[in-house]
Amino acid sequence: MSCSLKFLLPAMIAAIPLAVLAQSPPRAYPNVGTPLSEADIQSFDRMIGPEGKELPPGHGTVKEGADVFARRCEICHGRNGENGLIRSLVIGSPGKPYRGPFYGDERNGPSYYPYPTIAWDYINRAMPPSNPGSLAPNDVYAVVAFLFYWNGIIKENDVMDEKSLPKVVMPNRNGFVPAVPVYPPEKKPSWF
Amino acid sequence: MDPNRSNRRGFLRQTAALAGVAAGAGWAVKGQSAHAQHVHGEPPRRGARYRVDHMTHYTPLQDYAGIITPAPLHFMQQHSSEFPEIDPQQHRLTIHGMVDRPLSFSMADLKQLPSVSRIHFLECHGNSSPAIHGSDDPILGLPVQFIHGMTSCSEWSGVLLSVLLNEAGVQAKASWLVSEGGDAGKFTHTLPLAKAMEDVIVAYGQNGEPLRVEQGYPIRLVVPGWEAPSSVKYVKHIKVVDQPYMTWNESMNHSVSRPDLGGKARWYHFQFGPKSVITRPSAGLNIPGRGYVQITGLAWSGAGTVTKVEVSTDGGRSWKEAKRHAPVLPKAHTRFTFDWAWDGQEAVIQSRCTDEAGEVQPSLAELTKHWGMDAADWKKNPLPRAIHFNAIQPWKIARDGSISDVLFA
Ligand code: HEC
Repeated sequence: MSCSLKFLLPAMIAAIPLAVLAQSPPRAYPNVGTPLSEADIQSFDRMIGPEGKELPPGHGTVKEGADVFARRCEICHGRNGENGLIRSLVIGSPGKPYRGPFYGDERNGPSYYPYPTIAWDYINRAMPPSNPGSLAPNDVYAVVAFLFYWNGIIKENDVMDEKSLPKVVMPNRNGFVPAVPVYPPEKKPSWF
Repeated sequence: MDPNRSNRRGFLRQTAALAGVAAGAGWAVKGQSAHAQHVHGEPPRRGARYRVDHMTHYTPLQDYAGIITPAPLHFMQQHSSEFPEIDPQQHRLTIHGMVDRPLSFSMADLKQLPSVSRIHFLECHGNSSPAIHGSDDPILGLPVQFIHGMTSCSEWSGVLLSVLLNEAGVQAKASWLVSEGGDAGKFTHTLPLAKAMEDVIVAYGQNGEPLRVEQGYPIRLVVPGWEAPSSVKYVKHIKVVDQPYMTWNESMNHSVSRPDLGGKARWYHFQFGPKSVITRPSAGLNIPGRGYVQITGLAWSGAGTVTKVEVSTDGGRSWKEAKRHAPVLPKAHTRFTFDWAWDGQEAVIQSRCTDEAGEVQPSLAELTKHWGMDAADWKKNPLPRAIHFNAIQPWKIARDGSISDVLFA
């Protein structure tokens, strides 16, 4: 026989379906649903976790953010994010930022957020409400830089990009209980 | 799409939204705003509030019997000033992230899979909050409606999320999910994988009909027993991940600072505790005269079934067991009744329930103590923020038969 095992073996391994190698149980209804390609997922996945792994490339400065904010956000959130028709996004000033307590509306805005990615993710997906998703990544980095600066979280010359943004340590990072959410909860009754 | 057209639409929407804000006098937009139009043709009704950032419908608990809330009366809390228009032919639910086989399901796919129909309550985490007590806005309905009416109970039909997750093949290191809606703001919420595998439904039906647009047409999650924001409406993408994803809603909007935690905020509350309320007679109604009165109400718990409901007609000094009516189902409203004869004297009536975990619904005093607060805090203006508020609700009957809310009196 001319066809040696040496050739057959790799071909056999390649032929093992992925599902067998994977740890999860096989499909029960393989005729239902359509597989998604990596490109499909890339096209809709905008969910940014607290580590910022999914952040798209881009960058923005406080100055650029001031411009975007004045054009796209000020009409509702007020000049510089204060005293608008809805939710103040800035409390205090860079030199005298607000650091709690957060019993009422003081909790509106980035000073309260435990992770910097929350601001990026939320603005990117939901703002402005009249046309969510219309901001380019650079615009989102820029308004986040602008809001973080005015809340005294970063310095005026700091640039926000996909590397620097997740590293920003939020002032209220330790303001939540339990520190790491777990399920099932440790404390009983869980709803208290 | 013609970009000019979409810009113009956007502009109109923004203007309409701002008009809502500018309407002043609270923010309530009374009457005929375009987004108040009901899909099934019912006119805007009492018990609805529209603001630029929220649209709210309150269930008229005082008016219905049994445990099923008619779909058009189901409460709604929408983080938006308009409903999304989703074409069910185009809508897909994707499952991706830490799975071996990322998949997309059409509506036809979902309906082809084994289905379940289960009765569960949903409740807003802010239902019954102290801040809503004492409002006297007539468009919101009677007090039991606008104070406690952000809970409702329906039969939900759909496919178990565990079936879909199994098709996608969840990887061993995965522990959480994050779901995203197909609404304009792409509402997001995190869910532990263990709960997703337990009893979560991807629902396309409510009380025998397709979901209504307010309830997430064409599909929504129903997370039994848990704060309703987890039950993401218009659900479109589910990403399987290995940590809580800290979305804006749960981290920011749905957390609450508490004195007993040194001012730190409690978050990721998950399930509701035991809760009940007398829906008739209740504040805003009248008892016509002395003699027989049926006291009735609803009881529910995120822990499972309600095992006992008690009623007091003497301000909490003594309690007697009420009758629970079948069906008594886990994580569903349970209807209770209690036969009473009113002697025409001033009286305070209230209910409390116990759930299958043995937890008893707390009094306001117990909650106040637990949260490290002082009774005087409830007299402050504005009232302290509180969520997952399940204090026993007392109603006071005056000699003329009129009834008022005396929780904070
Ligand atoms: C049409 C009015 C409007 C415009 C314009 C607008 N917003 Fe908002 N914004 C809102 C509303 C309403 C909410 C609250 C949404 C909710 O409660 O679901 C909000 C919430 C937010 C929040 C969350 C606030 C918090 O308390 O955590 C941020 C951050 C934000 N907006 C940023 C922006 C930025 C940046 C822009 C400009 C790109 C912008 N917004 C433009 C109306 C607006």
